[in-house]
Amino acid sequence: MPANDGIDVDDHLGESGLDGDNAQRIYRYMLLARAISEKSWLLTRQGRVLFSMPCDGQEAADVASAYALDTGKDFIVPYARSLGAMLVKGMTAQEVMLNMFGKAADPNSGGRQMPMHWGHKKLGIISMGSSVGTTIPRASGVALASKLKGQGAVTMVYFGEGSASEGDFHEGLAFAGVHRLPVVFFCNNNGWATSVPVSLQSAEPQVSRRAEGYGFPGLTVDGLDPLTVYQAVKTAVDRARSGDGPTLVEATTIRMMPHSSSDNHLRYRSQDELDAEKESDPLPRFQNLLVSAGLLDGESDQVLRDAVDQEVESAIEYADAAPPPDPETALTGVYAP
Amino acid sequence: MSEMRLIEAVRDGLREELAADGSVFLIGQDIAVNGGVFRVTEGLLEEFGPERIIDSPLAESGMVGVAVGAAMNGLRPVVEIQFADFIFPAFNQLVSEAARMYYRTNGEYSVPLVIRAPYGGGVRGGLYHSQSVEAYFAHVPGLKVVVPSSPYDAKGLLKAAIRDDNPVLFFEHKLAYNTVRGEVPQGDYTVPIGKAVVRREGQQLSLISYGLSVHHCLEAADTLSAEGIDCEVVDLRTVSPLDTATLLESVKKTGRACIVHEDNLTGGVGAEVAAIIAKDAFEFLDAPVQRVAAPDVPSFPYSPNLEDALLPGPPDIVRMARELSAY
Ligand SMILES: Cc1ncc(C[n+]2csc(CCOP(=O)(O)OP(=O)(O)O)c2C)c(N)n1
Repeated sequence: MPANDGIDVDDHLGESGLDGDNAQRIYRYMLLARAISEKSWLLTRQGRVLFSMPCDGQEAADVASAYALDTGKDFIVPYARSLGAMLVKGMTAQEVMLNMFGKAADPNSGGRQMPMHWGHKKLGIISMGSSVGTTIPRASGVALASKLKGQGAVTMVYFGEGSASEGDFHEGLAFAGVHRLPVVFFCNNNGWATSVPVSLQSAEPQVSRRAEGYGFPGLTVDGLDPLTVYQAVKTAVDRARSGDGPTLVEATTIRMMPHSSSDNHLRYRSQDELDAEKESDPLPRFQNLLVSAGLLDGESDQVLRDAVDQEVESAIEYADAAPPPDPETALTGVYAP
Repeated sequence: MSEMRLIEAVRDGLREELAADGSVFLIGQDIAVNGGVFRVTEGLLEEFGPERIIDSPLAESGMVGVAVGAAMNGLRPVVEIQFADFIFPAFNQLVSEAARMYYRTNGEYSVPLVIRAPYGGGVRGGLYHSQSVEAYFAHVPGLKVVVPSSPYDAKGLLKAAIRDDNPVLFFEHKLAYNTVRGEVPQGDYTVPIGKAVVRREGQQLSLISYGLSVHHCLEAADTLSAEGIDCEVVDLRTVSPLDTATLLESVKKTGRACIVHEDNLTGGVGAEVAAIIAKDAFEFLDAPVQRVAAPDVPSFPYSPNLEDALLPGPPDIVRMARELSAY
C-alpha cells in the first residue's frame, strides 16, 4: 500500500527487517520519549524541575538505533538527548523522572548530576558527564574491553554533530578503526550546536564522510524515519559483532525545541523556520505509515497515547514524592573503597 | 560613573578594547548571534562584525590553539570558554604552549591572550557547570590568573588583561553576573593585574579572598562586627601572581588570617597564601592560619540540598572567625 510520500509501506517495512509487532513497539517508545520530553519541559516552566534538554524531533533516530542493539548485552554511551535510546535500553519512565527531579533513588547519579546526564550500570549504559565528546574515545575503550574479553557485545555511542568537532571525536574513531573494534558511532546531526549552525562546525557538513579518513564505512541516513535508521544501524551492529569493525552512522534530524530549558532559540532561528521544520516531525510521519500498513488506527492510537500519558503522569507523581538525597551523603563516595 | 551589573562591566570592557584596538578579536561558542549563553557578548557582533566576533566550532583545544597562533602573529585574541568546567580540552594549549612560549623562545615570542570563563556554583549546574578551576592554572608559571569581585574591577582588570603581553585567565563568577552591582566609570581606565585591595579595614582578623567569595567575607564581617570581632577583608583580585605585600601587611596588623574560596580545599589558592603567611608573617601570628573552602569532593553536586550542604558561605566564615578570635 502506498504511503503519503509515495513509497510502498509494506516494502519499506519488509526491507527494514522489522515485523509489525516491532514497528508498533518502536512507535510506542517514540511516543513515550516525546511525552517525557514535553512533560519535562512543562515541569521546568513550572519550576518543579530545574533543567531539561528536549529530544523532540530525535525520537525516530534514538529509538530505532537502540532497537537494533541486543539490549540485554550491548552497551550504550549516551548523550543528553538520547532519552529514546535510554527507554529502549530498559530505563523506565519512573527512573527518568527520578533523574529529572534529582532524587536519591535516581539510578543515573543519585541526584549528583544535572537531569538527562545518563548512566545506568545494570542496563549497560556507560555514565556521561557534561563535557561533550569525551564519550567517544570512552566508547572505543568499552568496545576494546568487549573484544579482549570475548564478550560479543557491541557498543553504541551517541553524540551531536557539534560534539564531533572535539578532538576526542578524532582520537576515538582513529583508535576504533585501527583495532577494528565492535563500536557504532551514532551522530545525531540536527544542524545546530546550541546557536551554532553545522556550517560553522566544518566546511564539510556531512559528518559521515569523515569515516573514510579512519578506514571504515560512514553513511548518512534520514533520521526522521525509524525504519531507515533501524536498517542502517542493524547492518552496522551486525558488522561490529562479526568482527568487521566500526561504522559511523549519521542520522539527519531536527531540533524542534530550544537547545535546553536555559535557551531561547528565537534569538537565532526564525519562527517560520521552526514552523516549517515541524512539518517533518517524525511522530505523525511514522503514525501515518503505521496506519497505511494497517498496524494502527485512530482508536488504537488513542489507547496507546492514553497509556503513555498515564505512565508518565504516575512517574512524575512518584518521583516528585520520592525523598531527595541526604545532605550527609554529599561528602561520601569520592573514592571507591 | 554609572551603576552596572558585573556582566555589563565585562561587556563594556570588551567593547572599549575592541573599539580601541583593531588587533583585538573574540572567539568562543555561541558568542556571536546568540551573544553568549550568559549574554556577555550581546550586541558585539552587530557592532564589530563576524570577522572579529567569531562563533567557534565546539572544540576548546582548537579555539585556544587558534588563539595562541593568532597571538604569536600579532593579534590580541579574547577567548570565551562557555563554562570554566569545559576548559580542560584546552589545558595542553594553555599549559604546555601559551604559558611557556615567552620563556622557551628566550623572549622572542609573547602570547598576548585572554581566556574568559564563567566559574562557580550555586546555580544548580553540578557537576560540570559549577567548578572553580583557578588553582590548576595558578600553579603554572607564565600564566596570570585574575578573578574580579566587582564591576569596577571586572572592567578595569579585563582591559589590563587584554593589553597584557602574557596569557591571562580571567574567571567571572556566573552568580555575580547579575547580582553584583557597582559604580563603573564610562571610558578608559585599567586596574593593575597583580594588585590586591583592602575592601574593609579591621584590626583583629584578616579575611583574604577573591571573586564572589569576597562578598561572602564582607557579609560575614558585618555579622562579626556586631559581636565585636573586627575583620579586615583583603580582595586578592589576581590569584597569580599574588600581591604578597598587601596580604602580609594586613596579616601583620591583625595577627590572624583566614583564606576563603569556593574552590575545594586541597591545593587551592588558600594553600599558597597560607604558606606565604607562614613564612613571612610567622612572628606576627596569634593563631593558626585557617581556610574556608569547599570540601574535597569533585565539584558541587546537582541536587539542591546536596549542593547547599557543600557551598561555603558567610555562616562558615563566621564560624571560623569566631574560632580564630577565641584562639
Ligand atoms: C566540552 C564542552 N564544551 C561546551 C559544552 C556546552 N555545550 C553543551 S551542549 C552544546 C552543543 C552541543 O551540540 P551538538 O553536539 O550538536 O548536540 P545537540 O545539542 O545539537 O544535540 C554545547 C556547546 C559542553 N557541554 N562541553
